[in-house]
Amino acid sequence: MSAEQTQLAFGWECRILADNGCAFPAPGLHSFLFKPMFTIGGFEFNKVMMLALLTTLIVVTVFTLAFGKAKVVPGKLQLAAEAGYDFVRRGIVYETMGKKEGEKYVPLMVSLFFFIWIMNIWSVIPLMQFPVSSVIAYPAVLAAIVYVTWVSVTFKRHGFVGGWKNVTGYDNSLGPIKWLVSFIELFSNLLVRPFTHAVRLFANMFAGHLMLVMFTVASWYLLNSWLIPAAGVSFVMTMVMILFELFVQAVQAYVFVLLACSYLQGALAEHH
Amino acid sequence: MSASIELAAGVSGSLGSIGYGLAAIGPGIGVGIVFGNGTQALARQPEAAGLIRANQILGFAFCEALALIGIVLPFVYGK
Repeated sequence: MSAEQTQLAFGWECRILADNGCAFPAPGLHSFLFKPMFTIGGFEFNKVMMLALLTTLIVVTVFTLAFGKAKVVPGKLQLAAEAGYDFVRRGIVYETMGKKEGEKYVPLMVSLFFFIWIMNIWSVIPLMQFPVSSVIAYPAVLAAIVYVTWVSVTFKRHGFVGGWKNVTGYDNSLGPIKWLVSFIELFSNLLVRPFTHAVRLFANMFAGHLMLVMFTVASWYLLNSWLIPAAGVSFVMTMVMILFELFVQAVQAYVFVLLACSYLQGALAEHH
Repeated sequence: MSASIELAAGVSGSLGSIGYGLAAIGPGIGVGIVFGNGTQALARQPEAAGLIRANQILGFAFCEALALIGIVLPFVYGK
């Protein structure tokens, strides 16, 4: 059903008010499944993987070119890369973790930010038009990296007992309800946190892509007889949604890194 | 009573859409509160704009996540 339905949407026959009674080919899960481009030893390589690899290449190349031979008086590329690096460093890491503790995690956060942002931006690049992070595996692995980092930092910083106290928010002054509080904190920190961290990015990109596909397909589907103005409205909506998506993509990359920093900050902080 | 239960059991169609409409009420209120109070804070203390904006976006993301989980669930559990 996957490829056929997408093909139908762009056939001339399938229109509103057409005699053949062709229904609106609504986007769905099939919009997120791709046929493999080629197979290497039973391993299927598809468009999403290609985009993820491209993203890695772009991030690595741009930052290597910019900082490989860093000059005191920066060129254009170095200036832009420095602005981006400084935005994450000052705007996110220093704000949450402080200069002393945070400096060590700046490289991780900068790479996360630009990796996620470029993965999201593929959503509106012509011909590519698919946000890599709308496939749950990618945000899940990124959230797992952050999770492993902050949990190991907690136990390294506070020791075994102190680490558990930090994770559960154990506090003697709470009296008997401290067990209830600890249980809820444990549940929310160790189980809910990584889940929402990954799903927030995934669901934003998933919903955004669905919306873009819907308006794009609708402007094609409505292009018949007296409904042509409606197709125009749908096309304008596509453009508006693209602008909105550009904003959402940047915000989601920002939020992902901001949350990663605040988790790390919680791991580094002294429990009380 | 039993008649209304029978009636409810007979409801069919795009129930996912109705469910999502209901699910969007809470996050909608939440996002409204976040930006309303954020704007108020900005008006009262324009010099703290950077800090307020960061927290505003964080609160927005927390609320919005609920609505987005609502979008995804019908795809996961539908059919």
